[in-house]
Amino acid sequence: MLNAKSQRRESGSLLIKGGHLIDPAAKINAPMDILLRDGRVAEIALPNKVRGGADEKFDARGLIVAPGFIDLHVHMREPGQGYKETIASGTAAAAAGGFTSVCTMPNTMPVVDTEEWVAWLRHPERGAEVNVFPIAAATRSSRGAALTDFAALQRAGAVAVTDDGKPILDDEVMRAALRLGAELNLPVVQHAEDTRVTEHCSMHEGPTSFRLGLRGMPAAAEAGIVDRDVNLAQQIRESRLHVAHLSTSDALKAVRRGKRAKARVTCEVTPHHFTLLDEDVGEYNTNFKMNPPLRTASDREATLVALADGTVDAIATDHAPHASHEKQVEFERAAFGITGLETALALAITKLHREHKIPLTRIVELFTAGPARVFDLRGRGSLQRGNFGDVTIFDPKKRWTFEAAKSRSLSRNTPFGGWQFTGKVVATIVGGKVVYREN
Amino acid sequence: MNKPARGSLLGIEHLEEKEILGLLKLARRMNPLKARPLLRNKRIVLLFYEASTRTRSSFEIAAKSLGAITTLVQSSGSSIEKGESLLDTGYTLRAVGADAIVLRHPCAGAPHLMAAHLDIPVINAGDGMHEHPSQALLDAFTILKHKKSFKGLQVAIIGDIYHSRVARSACHLLTKFGVKITLCGPAEFVPDVSTTLAPGLRVTRHIEDALRGTDVVMLLRLQKERLAGQKVQLQDYVTRYQMTAARLKLARRDAIVMHPGPIIRGLELTAEVADGPQSVIIDEIHNGVPTRMAILARALGKAK
Repeated sequence: MLNAKSQRRESGSLLIKGGHLIDPAAKINAPMDILLRDGRVAEIALPNKVRGGADEKFDARGLIVAPGFIDLHVHMREPGQGYKETIASGTAAAAAGGFTSVCTMPNTMPVVDTEEWVAWLRHPERGAEVNVFPIAAATRSSRGAALTDFAALQRAGAVAVTDDGKPILDDEVMRAALRLGAELNLPVVQHAEDTRVTEHCSMHEGPTSFRLGLRGMPAAAEAGIVDRDVNLAQQIRESRLHVAHLSTSDALKAVRRGKRAKARVTCEVTPHHFTLLDEDVGEYNTNFKMNPPLRTASDREATLVALADGTVDAIATDHAPHASHEKQVEFERAAFGITGLETALALAITKLHREHKIPLTRIVELFTAGPARVFDLRGRGSLQRGNFGDVTIFDPKKRWTFEAAKSRSLSRNTPFGGWQFTGKVVATIVGGKVVYREN
Repeated sequence: MNKPARGSLLGIEHLEEKEILGLLKLARRMNPLKARPLLRNKRIVLLFYEASTRTRSSFEIAAKSLGAITTLVQSSGSSIEKGESLLDTGYTLRAVGADAIVLRHPCAGAPHLMAAHLDIPVINAGDGMHEHPSQALLDAFTILKHKKSFKGLQVAIIGDIYHSRVARSACHLLTKFGVKITLCGPAEFVPDVSTTLAPGLRVTRHIEDALRGTDVVMLLRLQKERLAGQKVQLQDYVTRYQMTAARLKLARRDAIVMHPGPIIRGLELTAEVADGPQSVIIDEIHNGVPTRMAILARALGKAK
């Protein structure tokens, strides 16, 4: 399952010494040394107790060592829109943000709806810095009608299917997708938005949209679809539903209902939704325009509770790069989406840990074991012996300022430029090799 | 993103009371027939991405009365048709020597975008459903001509508030002076969230309730093109909300009837009301010129 570029890195060994390991899946939260050899975890031991020798050492004193972070939701824009981002630039940003694996959305040009495109995304010529797990389209050209060949896409390496951005509205098509997914043990990811009621809308519907004279997306446009999907997931045995970038308290209620009924329902929340509010859009700042839109204080409160109590399975960035000419336009005409790979951990530590007192172990789980479970990424999300040597090392106390101009992404559409954070990625290791190191 | 250039007028919401009173005072001193050439040799571009009769002609006459040179650029017949972006059009107009831009645009916030990137004043002549500040100022000018003061005034705004930039600007302006406003119409046009726009707003679904004891009746055009797909039935609306002479009797005897135009007789109001003694609709249009003279003089720093 490794990408070719990391396969090239497979030989050699690296000892990570003196760090504090947080590995929620292995229930470890203690000082540990870790030996990576030939791309895999060779040994985990108490400080100074690793027996094997190493070619290289990494001094992790004072730092947290964690399984490599996994982002379930990124837009790398290839094929077709390399002016926004490429696999190479996007995965470089991922590495800088501590992500060792990213799952790419299929709404590219053309849509990733064939095995050939799935293979193309994973080809070494793309120059990926971290592992790339394609999510394929659920319907042909994401038109919401005829299902794609899930089995062939899965064989080619797709870890899930979705029509992200163009939600599956038709009940029968969604039912068929969940059925086929159930047969193959393949998750169906839904961007939950009833696009029949959100046409021409550019932000959340509420006092701020009314004041700005912008058409608003009602919270119910998300909750209604999640509600329907959870019902279907409950009816169809073994089906797997993953709710992308969940943003409203009512949608969370539906997910909770599904989980209580033991349906295989999972969900993710983005850093911007647990950080910002609809009113932060200010005077039409297009770096605060994304879909789903920023919501109300009570929605944010509900996501914070769900992040803490285990209802949310993963933090995912929905990294959505756009060129400046697509953002420096009238708000209603600006593209939806913001970049997010390089600020995710910093926001999680600054907002979730320091402000809302969510323990670091839970935060690490939301970046590792949680997402690995959602898409069954075997051998990842935990540093148990024999697993892939994907490691994220960070300093939870380091204060720093994010400079958008220095981003590794090709795009600059972030609302967090100039923000002061606590918590920074120090090194990112993929398959035993350091792909990012703070300078 | 930079701060808008001094003299820009993007909306009423963030204006202070004293700035509004200053503009109204200046407008009272402006006489298009005996204007001083305060803006001689100033170049004002009227950049209109949407149809307009009143706003465009009165800005143009206001500018010319003050001695300025004006150029009209419209979306059809310009490079906008060829796909030029709003900002590039702005940079182009700046480069040909514009000293100020008056912008009408179908998207909310378009003037804010332009003002954030240009070093010349931008005047909002209506942006999408957001604001129409010069209309609110000329309406305030008109109200003060007939009512002497804002103190204790009751205003009813009837019609499609949701889609109306005129209503939003009027609400911001009048409530800054303590005016009590009742917004009236069906829920599709007057959603409950409307009251969050400013303090002192109230919503009613009954026109009789809105009119009782009111000093000013402000009507809005029923935008027929908006009705497609809406639950509002035209005949229903006329039955429940059309301003008729009989209904007008519920308002104070000296109440005035206003409308930003264009009016559609037989729809939101009867001809009898439009042409009746309480109607100040034509006066509003007339007051648009001195008000916009004041806005332009302030924009170009000649507000002495």
